[in-house]
This record gives sequence, C-alpha cells and structure tokens, in this order.
Amino acid sequence: MTDTPHIELGLLPDDVEQDLRASVRKALARHATPERLNALYDGTDEVSGPLWSAFTELGLAGLLVPEALGGAGASAREAAAVLEEIGRAAAPSPYLTSSVVATTALVALGDTTILPLLGSGEQTAALLVRPTALRHGPAALTTVGLPADVLLLPEGDALYAVRGATTTPVASLDMTRPLAEVHLDGAERTLVSDDAAAAIDRALLTGAGLLAAEQVGLARWSLETTIAYLKERRQFGRVVGGFQALKHRLADLYAAVEQADAAARYAAATLAADDPDAPVAVAVAASFCSEVAVHAAEEAVQLHGGLGMTWEHPAHLHLKRAKADQLLLGTPESHRQALAGLVDLPA
Amino acid sequence: MTDADDLRERVDTLLAEHPPETTERLDFLRARFDAGLAWVHFPEGLGGLGLARGLQTAVEKQLFAAGAPNNNPWRIGIGLGMAAPTILMFGTEEQKQRYLRPLWCGEEVWCQLFSEPGAGSDLAGLATRAVLDNDTWIVNGQKVWTSSAHIADRAILVARTDPDQPKHAGLSYFLVDMHDPGVEVRPLRQITGEAEFNEVFLTDVRIPDSDRVGDVGAGWQVANGTLMNERVAIGGGAFPREFGMIGKVAETWRTRPELRTPGTHERLLELWVESEVARLTGTRLRQKLAAGTPGPEGSAMKLTFARLNQELSALEVELLGDDGLRYGDWAMTRPEIVDFTGKDAGYRYLRSKGNSIEGGTSEILRNVVSERILGLPSEHRVDKDIPWKDLPR
Repeated sequence: MTDTPHIELGLLPDDVEQDLRASVRKALARHATPERLNALYDGTDEVSGPLWSAFTELGLAGLLVPEALGGAGASAREAAAVLEEIGRAAAPSPYLTSSVVATTALVALGDTTILPLLGSGEQTAALLVRPTALRHGPAALTTVGLPADVLLLPEGDALYAVRGATTTPVASLDMTRPLAEVHLDGAERTLVSDDAAAAIDRALLTGAGLLAAEQVGLARWSLETTIAYLKERRQFGRVVGGFQALKHRLADLYAAVEQADAAARYAAATLAADDPDAPVAVAVAASFCSEVAVHAAEEAVQLHGGLGMTWEHPAHLHLKRAKADQLLLGTPESHRQALAGLVDLPA
Repeated sequence: MTDADDLRERVDTLLAEHPPETTERLDFLRARFDAGLAWVHFPEGLGGLGLARGLQTAVEKQLFAAGAPNNNPWRIGIGLGMAAPTILMFGTEEQKQRYLRPLWCGEEVWCQLFSEPGAGSDLAGLATRAVLDNDTWIVNGQKVWTSSAHIADRAILVARTDPDQPKHAGLSYFLVDMHDPGVEVRPLRQITGEAEFNEVFLTDVRIPDSDRVGDVGAGWQVANGTLMNERVAIGGGAFPREFGMIGKVAETWRTRPELRTPGTHERLLELWVESEVARLTGTRLRQKLAAGTPGPEGSAMKLTFARLNQELSALEVELLGDDGLRYGDWAMTRPEIVDFTGKDAGYRYLRSKGNSIEGGTSEILRNVVSERILGLPSEHRVDKDIPWKDLPR
C-alpha cells in the first residue's frame, strides 16, 4: 500500500480565493466575450491585449513571483482560482504559460532579472517544450502560449533565455491557445542556468497540476450552461430537462465535475504546500480532470442539440479548448503511466 | 483555549479517571458518553459537547492511541448512522435520554424496518399498517432487506397510519422493540449464498405512542432525514489512500506479477485514479459537513462508490484468471458484520452488485441529484395526490 499523506490539506475555498475569483470573472466577462473569442478563429484578436492589461492591473501576472521581486508571493491555490475562471471563459491568456510555468521555472532557479518583467506583466515568457511534454525533454519546433517576449529553451540540463526568435503562427485546433512554429536561427540567447532540469520538471508539474483547475472551469461552465438550457428548451410540450434520460446524464456529469474539483483542489494544495505527495496528486488531477473537461464539453454539444453544432453558440469554444487541454502538458495516459511508477503499480 | 485543546484535556481526564486497562469495556464507554466525547457534535448531556463534527477525528485518534475500547461501530452502524441522528433531530427529550446512550455504547443494536416487498424505490407506498388503540399502536405488515434484524434489540419503523391520505402524508415513524412477541425474523438468502439480510414479519406488534418520532403523518419527513444520513454514511468519510476495493485489487496486482497484462494495467490505473478522486471528494464533503449538516451531495458520492466497487471487483475476477473461477464458500451463514471488501474476489464481485441497489438505487439517486441539486423538473408522479387506499396495485 502506498503512503497516505498524513496531514489533511483543506479542500474548501477561503475568502481570499472567493474575492480573487470574483474580480477575475468580472474582467473575463468584460473582455472575453463569445463574439471576440469566435473572431480569433477568423484571425482577429481583440481579446488577448485588453484582457492581459486587465489581468496585469489586478496583479495576476505576479501572483507566483516572490514579493522581493515585486510580485505577490501567493501560492498555487490562488493561481488555480485564476485558471479555473480562465477555463470557464475559454479565454486566451499567457497566464498558464508565462505566469505559472515559466515563472515557476525561473523562481526555482533564483532568477532576478526576468521575473520582475514577468511579474509586472510587462513581458511574457514561454517554456519551449513540446505542447504535450510531461517531463523535461528535447526541445521541439512548436510551443504554446505565444506570442512571448522571452522563450525559455532547455538544452540538456541547461536553460537559455531566447529573445528575437522568429515565430510563425499555425492554425490550431483550439485558437484560444495559439501555437506557433519557432525558428531560433539568429536569435539572441543567454544562459539562465546550466543545472535547470529539476526546475523545468517542477515547472511542468506545476503547469499540469494547475491546468487541471482550468479544466474544472471548462467542465463547470459546460455543466451549468447545459442545465440552464435544458430548463428552458421545450419539446413534446414540456421542458426537455424533465426527461429522465437527460436528467441522469446530468446527474452523472455533476458527480464527475464535483470529483474533478476535489482532485484539482488537492493538486493545487499539495503544490502550494510543497507537499511530497504533489507528483501523485498532479498525475491524478491531470489525468482525471482532462477527461472530465472533454466529456463535459462533449455532453454540452450533444445536449444542446443542433445549437451545439453552431458557430454562434460558445459550446464549440469550450470543446476545442477542452480537447486541446487534454493533450497539453501530458496526455491522460502518460500521466497514468507516470502514476504507475509513483504508486508501485508497475506494468 | 481552543476547542481542540479543550477536547484533548477532556480526553486526558477521561483516561485518567477511567484507565482503559483496568476499566470494564462497557463502563468505559458509558463514562466516555457521559463526558460528551461519544460524538462531540451532539448536545451536552447526550454524549456530545455541541462542537463541530470535524473535531471528532482527533478524539478518536487520541483514544485509539491510549488503547481505549471502542463501541464496535461496524456492528451498530444503523444505530449510529440512522437511528441516532433521527432521534436527535426529531425525537422527544424522553426518547433522547432513553435511547441514545445504550445505542452508542452498543448495549442495544438497532435495525431499520423501511423497505417492503411492495415498496422499494417507491418507499412512500409502503403498506405496513399502524392503528392506534388508546395510547398503543398495533402494527401489522412485512418488511424486507433488514440487516442486523437477527441481532437487533430495537428498530426504526415507518408504517401507514392514515390510508385515506395521499401516500406521503399518511405515514408515521416509530421506535420498535424487536423483542416484542409479534416480531418474527427470517433470514433472506442472497446472491452470495449467505443471509446478511432478513425478512421481518410484524403481527399485532404493540408500540406505545411515546415511541412515535415526529407527528402522526410526518413519517416521510422524518424518514428522509434518516436516509440522507444513510447516504452520507455509505458515501462519505475519511479513508486512507487505497482504502476499500481498490486496495484489494492493487494488492493482487503487486503480489501476482504473472497475472499482469497491458490491458488490465490501463484499466487498473484508470480505476486507481477514480478511486483516489472519489476519496478526495469524500474528504472534501466531510470538510463541508464539519461545518454543516448532510444534504443531497452524499447521493452523488454513493453513485460513484457503487460503480467503482463493481468495476474494480469485476476487474479483479478477470485479472485472477483461473483463480477467478473459484468461489470461497456458498454456505448459508448469517454474518453480524458486512464487509464489502471481505472474502474473495468472486464474493466481492457478487456483493458489490447490491451497492447500486441498497440505500437508494443508482437510478433513484440520479433523480435525487438532478432534481434536488441541479433543479431539473421532477418525475411525473400520477399517484402523489390520490388517497393511498385508492392507488392501483
């Protein structure tokens, strides 16, 4: 039997989190409207800039940056609350890639030059790894969270800061999280650390663990939106939400979303407390929440009927985001395989 | 001083005044009850101190560490999980004083007389009749699926007191003496071969009106309070990682490497994740309950628990291959304690089929979740305003 964490971590939101959540939700409602998100697919981005400015004003970019470097010195719990709201809105934001993943790597390495720029929101950074990377591995051609001012490029155990790389945006399944091909020829690179492997792994672990919170947000939006619709939509002379076939699907979905919420909260709590159970907690949350988010978004499309297939209804935005998120920072299967080693259940 | 510090001192005092090694088990349990350390969220004088439910865990740990005897909670689960909260919530002062102490101390084992052959999911349609004769109710009817009836001293009972009312309105809730000569208990053999449940036949059973809980006609509201507690008891709680069915399968996986295949590995990992997530959900639910009272959230937990037990035990039978075809023992026994994860994989596979039926079928629970939590329309109930005696049956 594997060890049970002996200290029980709190899994309920506190007042600070509730306040933070409310202000993030307000900013998202103002800037990340479904019309503007749809326009991303047609090549017009009127969301990212204003939203990032609003986030910066709220101090979100520096949540995980130490206070000594001008940040808030907050924990993964607060970052998880921000990401859950981003997920609800399916909003484009460099928050995960810059303010969580890149920031975590740089904090772990004791950086003092790039972090102040990231914490103020003046610049953004992205760790140059394969989008589906679970662990520190060879650099590849595409990254996520672009555009970024600074690319953090792992080479062997070293980490370089790259500026001035050429990036070519590509059409992606989920246009709310832009992908690009990166060409490093002629770019200027400076060494951040020649011993960065552990920091990069920590950053990817944190990213995967907190992406689970975004997935909970996606799932909760899908559930709530679908329930609201099924309470209004009438066929056969009655509200369709009264049909047992639909009620039972929603009951199961509710149970799954509540479970995903508990899993994501536990992952964030272990990361915040630097608890040794964090790798298990993250593997559990990442594999579970990504599947629940996809399932919830798929249920939303199906249970909205024809409306769910339209461009006009935002269900498609959440489905695309959920499906792309499922692969991001490790597929569910790769997280489960990692778990097999962690909890002594070898193949 | 915080509540936690105060509790620690109270436990120290209890242990000092009644050293477990020199005190009779029952004397210790009674002393613990009287010290308010039985269930700290109960009121003072009734085994508690009126504190938050969540503080109980520390008391249990401290007493366990000191080698104190416990009240054998698995044997008196229905009393602790259902009868006690109901008596506390709806009972008279005399009922609380009379019943709670022997219940908690395990001196009186309780069982539950709710389900009937003709009233399962539609519990409110039940037909057992209670007729008032001066200040005594005379009860006749048949109950079924009664665990512990063969060892029980007392029972909680729902019976029909007014057949002219619609079904939900004509019920009342009673506390029954299982030693009444009109009570007959017969074993009910089940899918596993054993008989953990019973049929209970009630013939002119006499119940004093002072053993009625809640108003005449309010039995449904009282019973619902009980059922909410039952679902929390089944679905919620603090458990270590790999507690329950997943622990059994994981143990087989670790000790029998020759059985492993890529397909079963993936299924095992998926179910391990789901079990851990269900455990965390239970932890979160308990943290919520520490501040409040049970609501319908326990129903969602129970849905998951039932499905996981069934999938895990099925996987284990397949994983075991040739050994999966063996079955331990088909002998008809009447166990006092039920352990879903006991015995062998075949037993667990069969017993877990009951997990999605007992305490509310998964189908009914999905109705509960979708209606009470999600606010979706109720099922059409053509019978709910018709006098019970006029219902087609």
